[in-house]
Amino acid sequence: MSVPHALLALLSEGPKYGLRLQNEFQWRTGEVWPLNVGQVYTTLQRLERDGLVESDDGNGEGSRKRYRITPAGDRELAEWLRTPPDLVPPPRDELVIKVLVALEVPGTDVHEIVQVHRRHVIEVMQRYTQIKASAREDDVALALVADAELFRLEGIVRWLDAADARLRQLPSKAPTPVVDAPLEPTRTMEVSQ
Amino acid sequence: MTTALELQGVSKVYDAGPTEVHALTQVNLTVERGELVAVMGPSGSGKSTLLTIAGSLEEPTSGQVIVDGIDLATVSRADQAKMRRRSIGYVFQDFNLLPGLTAVENVTLPLELDGTRAKAAKASGVKALDVLGVAERADRYPDELSGGERQRVAIARAIVGERGLLLADEPTGALDSLNGETVMRLLREATRHGVAGVVVTHEAQLASWADRVVFLRDGRVVDQTAAPPGPESLLAAGDRR
Repeated sequence: MSVPHALLALLSEGPKYGLRLQNEFQWRTGEVWPLNVGQVYTTLQRLERDGLVESDDGNGEGSRKRYRITPAGDRELAEWLRTPPDLVPPPRDELVIKVLVALEVPGTDVHEIVQVHRRHVIEVMQRYTQIKASAREDDVALALVADAELFRLEGIVRWLDAADARLRQLPSKAPTPVVDAPLEPTRTMEVSQ
Repeated sequence: MTTALELQGVSKVYDAGPTEVHALTQVNLTVERGELVAVMGPSGSGKSTLLTIAGSLEEPTSGQVIVDGIDLATVSRADQAKMRRRSIGYVFQDFNLLPGLTAVENVTLPLELDGTRAKAAKASGVKALDVLGVAERADRYPDELSGGERQRVAIARAIVGERGLLLADEPTGALDSLNGETVMRLLREATRHGVAGVVVTHEAQLASWADRVVFLRDGRVVDQTAAPPGPESLLAAGDRR
């Protein structure tokens, strides 16, 4: 989640105070990503330094600063919205590593390991679905955030299902003898943009 | 809560020529009224067999199937058929509404087949349609209803009257994800009115609408989810990031 760009987006609607930006950020992202007010002000200072926002130097109500987006900020926001997120190289996924390691640990049933993770992921999905089920019908932001997590988690379950099925197709493996064999060359997987 | 369905040590073995196929082995499952349970598992894990046995469409090779407190093995075939009409509702993948009958007639058909008088049946039918939010469409024919309304009518038919157990086999089959979600919302809503629901699905996202997810593998229950701890735990997890 890019907090600077989320703040630029909120400021593109008009000038706002820091506290209001914090509240709106949380509300608009379905209150799934907590953001403290310190983070908001640090981010605003950086955006101001880079010329993407400007403030009225506390001349508004009390001593609070009101921030507005600059033309450079508008351009930055428009560009960011259209820039694809970094999807390659594949992240070093902890779950994938655990399943790969389970294959090699003597006496470990990899299918049992897969099931433990499948259940855990579905339990997390149940909680996101509960959020969606109890949300107001017009709370689109919350539904979108919950959906994004649910689709991501569903992808993990589908990977676990596929891994489980693939491993069942393998002939059962004899225990690997513990010897210092020469290392095979490392395989790398590259995905070009 | 009262128990609507109880499977105790249920096994099902099919003769397949010289070999036997163990479709279910020693399955124990209890579903309370008001609870929605999803059954997940790969193809051939016994999901559909579990559902047909729970719905008394098939008999187990061994073990007990208890619906609304009645052990199905202790009642005659005729009484089993009566229970199927009175106590158990089914939701099919393509919803299966009869085109020549109105929405309410589709819903009340199982009641009338069972000898309920037309007036009483209609009152129950309208009540079930009302639970699903389509009571005002009662006198429309299926081809006058939208896809979403047809789904609702099909679920109303499955919960009409005194039905305590709702069984659904991949009820969202060919639907896109939002319509699939609507069906699961409706099934969940129906169980909140005191029905026990069992839904077979291979989709995790749909299963996550259930209060409990049971995992089948090679005919055995291998695992199930714990009761969800509530959404606030997600926010707490977010704080730690």
